[in-house]
Amino acid sequence: MTFRTLIGAASLAALLATGALAQATHPVTGEPLAENQTFTYRVLDEFPSIDPGLVEDVEGSHIARQLFEGLLNQDAEGNIEPGVATEWEVSEDGLTYTFRLRPEATWSDGTPVTAHDFVYAWQRAASPELASPYSWYMELMQLENVSEVITGDRPVEDLGVRALDDHTLEVRITTPLPYFLQMVTHTTTFPVPRHVIEEHGDAWTQPGNMVGNGAYVLSERVPQERLVMTRNPNYWDADNVILETITALVINDENQALTRWRAGELDQTDIPIGQYPRLLEEFPTEAHALPNLCVYYYNLNLSESGPEALKDVRVRQALSLAIDRDLLVNNVLAGGQVPAYGLGHWAVAGYEIPDDMPFTDLSMDERREMARELMEEAGFGPGGEPLTFEILFNTSEAHQQLAVAIGQMWQQTLGVNTTLANLEWQTFLDARGNQQYEIARAGWCADYNEASSFLDIVTTASGYNDSAYSNPELDRLMEEARTAEDTLPLYQEVDRIIARDVPVIPIYFYSTNIMMDDTIRGYPFENAQETWYGRTMYRIAQE
Amino acid sequence: MLSFILRRLLVAIPTILILIVISFVLMFAAPGGPFNSDRPLPPAVMANIEARYGLDQPYVVQMFTYVKNIVLHFDFGPSFRYRDQTVSGLIAQGFPVTLTYGLWAFVVATSLGLALGIAAAIRHNSWLDYLATGTAIGASVLPNFVLAPILVLVFTLWLGWLPGGGWYGGQWQYVVLPVVALATSYLAAIARIMRSSMIEVMNSPFIRTARAKGLPMRRIVWRHALKPALLPVLSYMGPAFVAMITGSVVIDVYFSTGGIGQYFVNSALNRDYPVIMGVTILVGALTILFNLVVDVLYAWIDPKIRY
Repeated sequence: MTFRTLIGAASLAALLATGALAQATHPVTGEPLAENQTFTYRVLDEFPSIDPGLVEDVEGSHIARQLFEGLLNQDAEGNIEPGVATEWEVSEDGLTYTFRLRPEATWSDGTPVTAHDFVYAWQRAASPELASPYSWYMELMQLENVSEVITGDRPVEDLGVRALDDHTLEVRITTPLPYFLQMVTHTTTFPVPRHVIEEHGDAWTQPGNMVGNGAYVLSERVPQERLVMTRNPNYWDADNVILETITALVINDENQALTRWRAGELDQTDIPIGQYPRLLEEFPTEAHALPNLCVYYYNLNLSESGPEALKDVRVRQALSLAIDRDLLVNNVLAGGQVPAYGLGHWAVAGYEIPDDMPFTDLSMDERREMARELMEEAGFGPGGEPLTFEILFNTSEAHQQLAVAIGQMWQQTLGVNTTLANLEWQTFLDARGNQQYEIARAGWCADYNEASSFLDIVTTASGYNDSAYSNPELDRLMEEARTAEDTLPLYQEVDRIIARDVPVIPIYFYSTNIMMDDTIRGYPFENAQETWYGRTMYRIAQE
Repeated sequence: MLSFILRRLLVAIPTILILIVISFVLMFAAPGGPFNSDRPLPPAVMANIEARYGLDQPYVVQMFTYVKNIVLHFDFGPSFRYRDQTVSGLIAQGFPVTLTYGLWAFVVATSLGLALGIAAAIRHNSWLDYLATGTAIGASVLPNFVLAPILVLVFTLWLGWLPGGGWYGGQWQYVVLPVVALATSYLAAIARIMRSSMIEVMNSPFIRTARAKGLPMRRIVWRHALKPALLPVLSYMGPAFVAMITGSVVIDVYFSTGGIGQYFVNSALNRDYPVIMGVTILVGALTILFNLVVDVLYAWIDPKIRY
């Protein structure tokens, strides 16, 4: 090497070094990266818990997903991809799963993550001692002996999960579940560090104590104010993590949060109801409507305590037919929601709403006409008995707006009168759960990305069947679907029954409306479960 | 005086116990429960949770255990809603926040309120009086849930001078807007009470005598009128002081300060029994304490009052 080339190489290296600092680019897309690699977003309330075993809400699971990593992750569309597990296989009978764990995975304190950590975490989540509200999720996973473990009739060691060696995990379930692998992307199945929990007890989730295996570590937590996470250098894939800091700010009031977003204090916030169209016009690249795996519907009280008229299927059909859902989603909600005529969600994995859903081939005028005829047949038409229903909802302006609009549609089309009643949340749940209502607002979000998570709620045994509906045919179809090879036709039939028999009146499928700063990239806008990972996100430099 | 204070402190103990009993009864009378949610939990899971928190015990036993833990261990229990936190932890984190902005708001409201009230009273029916009264009425009809968003709109979004929320350990930029939003209505109330009380005192015979003696106005106001005129304000300021330092749900919600004010509302909505009890006892104890302080101040200001 000549002296000249040496100088050339040195200056080139120096140039690259300084250049790299000023203008780093994304390794895959080549976009220029901002120096400020932070992401700040709004949450509604303090997290009930960020302990994976205890997490019970969506916002808490977003945090747990940054601090921990489970067996499998979701990609931007919600499909499974390797997490701590690199390979997995299912036994012939579909009852035993074996996961190979990556040996390079470590906890943020440097100790290796092993199969024993998963065994401990799963046993802990199901244990009566922890008393996790999400222990039922373990039941949903159909783990061997899970019910007896939860009731305390069997020791946690009997749970159907064990470590074959440090890096091999075996899971035994009692019924084949087509969506089992999706289920292990859920936070309840994340590993937790036994050595840390045993040292600190309940205080292990405090900053300074908390140890995770995710791409981020907890650095600050002030209840009701903020939670800050910073990049974990011990994460096995830390070299590919670009965002340095993720901050969740607790802002109870969504309008206040929007003002602060406008002032640049936040990257992401929720859009208050009805404001999406206006904000989309003002910020076309920053206002987003994302699919959300939730459905909004009205429960009809079909129990003894419910109104006699609702026991007549023609009345229920007429009430459902008379609701102009297009008008509601376009004019009242105006945030990219989708009309619902059944409970099977359009965006749920592996499900398609059947083309021949009852009554959906009719125009709105035909629907109104049919509704009037049905009402008349049932003896409640013009000249018949006037009907009055009370719509019960939990106190909220949005629910009220919708109830007013629906009441008006019923009044105009059917001459049915409505009165509105609202109750504070806990009192509302009490009234609805005990069938002390006539018609009550309800919402349901999927526990896992599969149609049964929606369709199960009208089965006789469901704890959420507040309509007190019971249809043996529907129950049988859902039971059959548990073990069926091809579940789609069964689910579609259930959805048709719901549309025809109207145990509930489906109204719309939710959408999430958010403002997202346009320098933030890598957020999974396509994932209906909004499962986001800070490790895939980054901020680009502004031109 | 000392025996009076001691007697009052002794009476405080049964008062707080009665407060605890009433709160417990009201709490359990409300429908719903801390672990009821949109999706009902399976009975086995609910049973585990209830066993963990002692909710499977009879109410009387729960109440007794609760009081016992406070008396013996000063332990206010875990939060049911925020399972990573204890009630003591939440209060230890949130109370300094509300104490900080509450004290500042108290200082601002009292000093400006008194000044405004005195100025209006001694320049009775002058432009100064109208200005002061107008300001006071304006401030009292502007509730803080209207004022707070306006302040953020103006100072955060339009001017960009101050952050729209957060606390960050109480750095001054984060304290200003909560203080202004909280102080305004108290300031107005203090000004109005001070004004009317001062006008009354200024018309009383002993002030007339002082004037007749030819004392200068300044001396009349500061030496003779101020102390008796302060009495009604003082009885307002005792509870107002407690209300300010325990924060306000509006301030905490709009400015995301992390103070304890919000727990008065959301712990009740969440049926978070231990947090409801914790903040109730805190406010109860502070109210008793500051009522006592006011009574002692009374005696100091007005020699006619003897205990």
